[in-house]
Amino acid sequence: MSELLNPQEKLTPDTFLRGLWEENPVFVMLLGLCPVLAVTSTTLNALAMGLATTFVLVCSSLLVSLLRHWIPKQVRIASYIVIIATFVTIVDYAIQAISLELYAALGAFIQLIVANCVILGRAEAYASKQRLHTTLVNSLGMGAGFTLALLALGTVREILGNGTILGVSLFSPDFQPWIVMILPPGGFFVLGAWLLLFNWLRESKVRRAAKFTGAPADAR
Amino acid sequence: MHAEPLSLIFLNAAIVNNFVLALFLGICPFLGVSAKKETAWNMGLATMFVMLVSSAAAYGINWLLTQLGLEFLRLICYIAVIASAVQLVEMFVKKTSPTLFRSLGIFLPLITTNCAILGLALFQTTKEYNFVQSLVYALGAGAGFILALMLMAGLREKLALAKVPSVSQGAAMSLMLAGLLSLAFMGFAGLGGGHG
Repeated sequence: MSELLNPQEKLTPDTFLRGLWEENPVFVMLLGLCPVLAVTSTTLNALAMGLATTFVLVCSSLLVSLLRHWIPKQVRIASYIVIIATFVTIVDYAIQAISLELYAALGAFIQLIVANCVILGRAEAYASKQRLHTTLVNSLGMGAGFTLALLALGTVREILGNGTILGVSLFSPDFQPWIVMILPPGGFFVLGAWLLLFNWLRESKVRRAAKFTGAPADAR
Repeated sequence: MHAEPLSLIFLNAAIVNNFVLALFLGICPFLGVSAKKETAWNMGLATMFVMLVSSAAAYGINWLLTQLGLEFLRLICYIAVIASAVQLVEMFVKKTSPTLFRSLGIFLPLITTNCAILGLALFQTTKEYNFVQSLVYALGAGAGFILALMLMAGLREKLALAKVPSVSQGAAMSLMLAGLLSLAFMGFAGLGGGHG
């Protein structure tokens, strides 16, 4: 865990990779689930949301890391929130300028990036203690992990619920789409299914390792 | 112009477009503090209180910012107000009930990053509700949040006694349950006003 490391972490490939798999914000830490469930009804929305969040995450982490010696400890959470809100406002206006259609599809969830606990969590647990370049790499990794998780949900939901991927039809016209998958319950089901898959992978890995060493197979 | 009756606003926020199960707002506390009914109830009340305070404050702020032509500061002001309201609740709970304070733990300060509250403030702005309508909307959203939290807590208390496969323990099972609840709430669709 990053919190337990020395105050100044050395830059290693792991600084980046940790966010993708070992400490994946969505699948492992279960943070920032609201946008993960709400805007992943299509792959494109998921991708846009992931990129927007990554931008805010990286910029705010950098600024927090830059100002870490000047922000007083008592008001740090408020300061982080204001920094994050500033970048979210930028993203909000940028998306509005780039594509009004996308802006309508993502709705209030662009502004709600402010309340995404992944970003505040990174600022508090990592950026406020680490140097600039490690913070950059780490927050990029976390952002990539978050985007990956959004895409994992978005593609599954779009394929099952609409029979398309990125708007391109996959099946013959008589394919009956599972409408429920693009509706709210589908979000819960698909994320639950991904977690089941990861749990199963982890357990079978433990079981295999136990078999190898001859120890009793106890997954937990 | 906005003749939407108050009862409809309330029902819409609480049931038809339930903040947790239909709009996906406030999932973190929904999964985090729904293990026991008592904590869920208290957390729901605290959230509802913050919702009411921040809804009233957001109405005032929005009026002021529109007068000054500073709408782009809206988001920053909203979140600052919410953070102060949460601080207020935290101090109040700490003084009156240290036990409750401990059982809510990290989730109390995290009400700040509960998107249901910020979402509420943003939605009431887009819908251009007046002051009374905003308060009723906040009340409905809070009631909906409590409802979802209590339903989930009840299910999870029962589930704790059931035997489930080890792979599906924990978050995966909770998410499946939430999906079923959300499916049930879809039955209310079409009862009330528009989305969001």
